[in-house]
Amino acid sequence: MTAVPPPVLAIRDLRLAFRGAGGESEVLHGISLHVNAGEKVALVGESGSGKSVTARLAMGLLQGGRGVRVSGSILFTGIEIAGGGPEIARLRGTRVTMIFQDPTSALNPTFTIRDQFRRVLRSHNADLGAREADAIAEAGLADTQIDNPRRVLDSYAFQLSGGMNQRVMIAMALVSRPALLIADEPGTALDVTVQAATLKLMHDLTEKTGTAVLLISHNLGVVREFSDRVYVIYRGSMVEHGTTGQLFRDPRHPYTRALLSAVPRIIGGGLPRIPERSPEFASPLVVHPGCGEPGERRAA
Amino acid sequence: MTTLDAVPAKPARTGSRAWYVFRSNPLAVFGLIIVTAIVLIAILADFITPYPEHLGPIGDFAAMSAPPGGQYLLGTDTIGRDLLTRIAYAYRLALLMAVVVLVIAVPVGVVVGLVAGYMGGWVDYLLMRLTDIFLSIPPLVLAMSIMGFLEPTLINGMLAVTVMWWPWYARLIYNVTRSEAREGYVLAAETVGASTPHILFREILPNCWPSILTKMTLDIGFVILIASSLSFLGLGVQPPTPDLGSMVADGAKYMPDAWWLTVFPAIAILLVVLGFNLVGDGLREAFETEV
Amino acid sequence: MNSVLSTLLVRVTAAIVVMIGVSILIFTIARVIPGDPARIALGPLATEEQVEAMREARHLNEPLPVQYAYFVRDVFHGDLGRSFYTNRPVTTDIAQFLPASLELIFVAGVLMIVLGIPLGIVSAHFKGRAADQIGRLLALLAVCTPAFVWGVIFQLVFAYFWPIFPLEGQLSANALPPPRVTGFMTIDAAVAGDGELVVDALYHLVLPSLALAMAGIGQTARLTRANMVETYERPFIEMGRAYGFPSFAIATRYAFRPAFIPTLTILGLDFAALLGNAFLVEKVFVWPGISRYGVEVIIRKDLDAIVGTVLIIAAAFLLVNIIVDLLVSFINPRIRFAEKRA
Repeated sequence: MTAVPPPVLAIRDLRLAFRGAGGESEVLHGISLHVNAGEKVALVGESGSGKSVTARLAMGLLQGGRGVRVSGSILFTGIEIAGGGPEIARLRGTRVTMIFQDPTSALNPTFTIRDQFRRVLRSHNADLGAREADAIAEAGLADTQIDNPRRVLDSYAFQLSGGMNQRVMIAMALVSRPALLIADEPGTALDVTVQAATLKLMHDLTEKTGTAVLLISHNLGVVREFSDRVYVIYRGSMVEHGTTGQLFRDPRHPYTRALLSAVPRIIGGGLPRIPERSPEFASPLVVHPGCGEPGERRAA
Repeated sequence: MTTLDAVPAKPARTGSRAWYVFRSNPLAVFGLIIVTAIVLIAILADFITPYPEHLGPIGDFAAMSAPPGGQYLLGTDTIGRDLLTRIAYAYRLALLMAVVVLVIAVPVGVVVGLVAGYMGGWVDYLLMRLTDIFLSIPPLVLAMSIMGFLEPTLINGMLAVTVMWWPWYARLIYNVTRSEAREGYVLAAETVGASTPHILFREILPNCWPSILTKMTLDIGFVILIASSLSFLGLGVQPPTPDLGSMVADGAKYMPDAWWLTVFPAIAILLVVLGFNLVGDGLREAFETEV
Repeated sequence: MNSVLSTLLVRVTAAIVVMIGVSILIFTIARVIPGDPARIALGPLATEEQVEAMREARHLNEPLPVQYAYFVRDVFHGDLGRSFYTNRPVTTDIAQFLPASLELIFVAGVLMIVLGIPLGIVSAHFKGRAADQIGRLLALLAVCTPAFVWGVIFQLVFAYFWPIFPLEGQLSANALPPPRVTGFMTIDAAVAGDGELVVDALYHLVLPSLALAMAGIGQTARLTRANMVETYERPFIEMGRAYGFPSFAIATRYAFRPAFIPTLTILGLDFAALLGNAFLVEKVFVWPGISRYGVEVIIRKDLDAIVGTVLIIAAAFLLVNIIVDLLVSFINPRIRFAEKRA
């Protein structure tokens, strides 16, 4: 029997609570998900569902903050990082990287792209020479089909278009050939055609580098185009999990159904409204056949 | 009138919510305690000070430059006047001055800012250049030079500080008005044909209140600071009227031996400025944390 | 046109307009106050003829706009009138006393930046924790205490109780001042090659410039903190953390540069406060600067001197603001590169 390679990211029963002035409130109620090497997995939910904090926990960015309590397991390439710590700090930016919603504001307006690229490259390799760093940056930018990498490097983020900045971000994220790329609502701030182009770019590049992708989104159209498997999250709990095909053809959880029907139709009736809260949405997790977390395969 | 009521108004801030935020800020509450105490002392000075007769030029000649303690809690000055009493009366004078200055300077500044910010064009240019002229002379220097042309009395001191103070409000309200002038409720009021004074005073001004109130509170402290600086230089009220700044100036000559002559009035200045600053900061926070 | 240049042009034009306005303002105030300038200048013992002669010589019988015209003409010839307090041209007086004040203000300005900004950065970095609370309290105290109180406290503590620093003056009583080159004591002493004198001058600078700078330090610290805290919320900071930038580097460079731009804009205004508070500190430390001169002529109602002093101070303030604006437009890439679009 051939050994199955371990998932790049394996989250088990993750709970997150914030302690504030009014007591403690739990934001994640024990969610589980996994991403295998080279896979593209989407995490779908509305704002406030907990998808963004999940992404940040996976990078170790929230742990250690004031009033933050985390329990459960997050295994990144086999290393336990649920508690944060120096291991994930070392891997952040090289083995796991992130791209953000609005590319232009994710770049420092007072530094040139060149400066920022250098910082990115030097954060884990302080001795990297300036010329070496620039060469790597240029090659990275060329990979994202930027025609004139040198001019882009000399520019400031506000001088470039949103689509261009998105390519810069993708280049920065993939230049170190990470095992996992976390894309937090990529291209939401861009217009639709640009968004489509950058998604295609992301798709092709990650194929090339063998990088797995965790796509965080609320946009079902994007999810459908891009990902292999989909998790649906609702108010801090996972409600459905299946392959893209399974989920879109046969949504089983009431919330997923509501989400899918809320996608504006070009033909026919107006925009159906999702009821704010339906007791049905609290139904337990639905897992499609063939899916399930490593170590607990379940059939429907 | 009903048509104007149908116009989408800007949501009113609930005062009670701001009060709640303010209340939960320990520093702000601390400041409020200080301010209340000082105001009470100033108002009730006649009744609670031990030696109200030391207000004038006569003191207890048997106890000149007495160190703090015993009969005279904070000591006496070189003519034997109780420092505690004189500081209390000095507070009264200082607060009075601050109130008068602001009562005049704020309306003038606010009106200038509203008109300039809303009208735009050459009115804007003229009014704001005028404001700039006053603002380009460092505050103390302007007040000093005005005092230089007048006799050093309380009224003239108030005049000088008022003249120097109004431009800050003009600038503040100008900036607020410029951004508010484009908001929906203003355009709606214009469409319905509301008169300019109505727009300025019934639509835009109510949204300026938090900024104005916050700044006024902070300014009470700062007016007292400037006034005490003026009188420190000898350009404020003249003896024997008790004034914190001149008390520090007089006391400085006898340092370090009769240290209390300088230290206590200095602390008094610090307390009142600090108190109003804490309250002002608390107000700013309370107004900012709203939906 | 280059953005930096156009900013400069706009600012200079505005400054000229304002200067004209200031001159009109102060000139009018000086002329409309009660009292006869000529009588004040000559004193009560002068005869009526002498007073009248002076009135003629000073064009005091002409209508106000004509007087103003004479005034402007004189200013362009470098003539700011004559002070009857020192019995010298006002320009001479200003040239003598201004450098000492400028030295004080310059050092205070440097202290403001060198002490205030790091305090603000540290406060922002440790936001909410003990270091921040202490920092904010200190900054608040610094702002709420008038400069003369700081002066007196410093004298009490550092000159009386622990006599580390001198009590007053620019140089020790028994020191010989160096030949006057620039009027800046430290520079002149250095030019004269007298190392001991330079040290002496520096020692004398410490307490007064610190007292002068305190409010500015507090203000700068609060401003820096507020801007840093706001910058920390911005997405590119999270991106920096996501890429493993060390938090010290983020605090001192990555977050600081965008936060510094709004800070710098306000620093220019704080300079005005320095100019004003110099008067207070110079009195406490018996510093031979323009402020002492200013107070004396104000008390004596020496009109020409008052007008001249105010004009110079206003001009200095405007100049600093222009320089700050230029600096900001240079540092802020958004302005510097405004015409380039990719």
